[in-house]
Amino acid sequence: MNPEQGVVDLIEQGRNWLPILELAAKEVFEIMLACVLETADIDQTKPPAEFTAMVGFAGQLSGVLTLQCSTPSAALMASKMLGVTPDQADSQMWDAIGEICNMIAGNFKNKLTGPASRCMLSPPTVITGGDYRFHPLSDGETFEVLLMFEGAPLLIGLELHR
Amino acid sequence: MNKIRALIVDDSSVMRKIVERSLRQAGIDLEQVIEAGNGAEALGALQGGTVDLILCDINMPVMDGLEFVRQLGTVDAAKGIPVVMITTEGSESHVVQALSCGARGYIRKPFTPEQVKEHVIPVLKEKL
Repeated sequence: MNPEQGVVDLIEQGRNWLPILELAAKEVFEIMLACVLETADIDQTKPPAEFTAMVGFAGQLSGVLTLQCSTPSAALMASKMLGVTPDQADSQMWDAIGEICNMIAGNFKNKLTGPASRCMLSPPTVITGGDYRFHPLSDGETFEVLLMFEGAPLLIGLELHR
Repeated sequence: MNKIRALIVDDSSVMRKIVERSLRQAGIDLEQVIEAGNGAEALGALQGGTVDLILCDINMPVMDGLEFVRQLGTVDAAKGIPVVMITTEGSESHVVQALSCGARGYIRKPFTPEQVKEHVIPVLKEKL
């Protein structure tokens, strides 16, 4: 198997990883926010891209994991993590969203077996505002999971690079 | 158990607060909590006084957790302070690396207060 074939195989596996990604996200929310994420149909309304957190994978698995949600959802996540009201958590939204994305990425990676599990995670980055386009410089494919958090949609994306 | 002074090292201020809350929920009586955003800040904080316990992330800017634990081993005043890693990096190679650098315990994020108790209480009992 040449190296290129190996990476292509990882992208083929991406579809099979969606349940693992979903489980990884649900565990993070249950353990750290004490709330249950509901599975939603990917064709349902996606969240406004008011907050987007990103964590990169580098190594045998190369790509980006993203977590996208609305501002009220970001505030609610920060408040649940810290045990304060959403107003009090206002200044911590970026940090909280970044850390949640980081934990989902780490939890996902830790559930993988084989070469894909041997990768490094980047520190999280958080983008606010939806007026942006994502232009990866590598060819690849994006897989998405839509989940409901307290009645609002959360979009988790896994972009895998060739 | 006596009141303890803890140093919490994580680049996320939200996570530092959650770790502190988890320590309290684990029944650990905290006299003082010192926070640092990376390994270099943590080494600086230890120049101002010693602590009984260090909880440390791995992936951090400036100086990561593994380098911090390595450097901590060369600081006479810090010898014997137990370090427990709390990190998203859960691979076996990271655990082995952290323990070989001198860490006494390893907790994977996401974590529960029970897991914090399970990993922290034994190392504190050995030290105090």
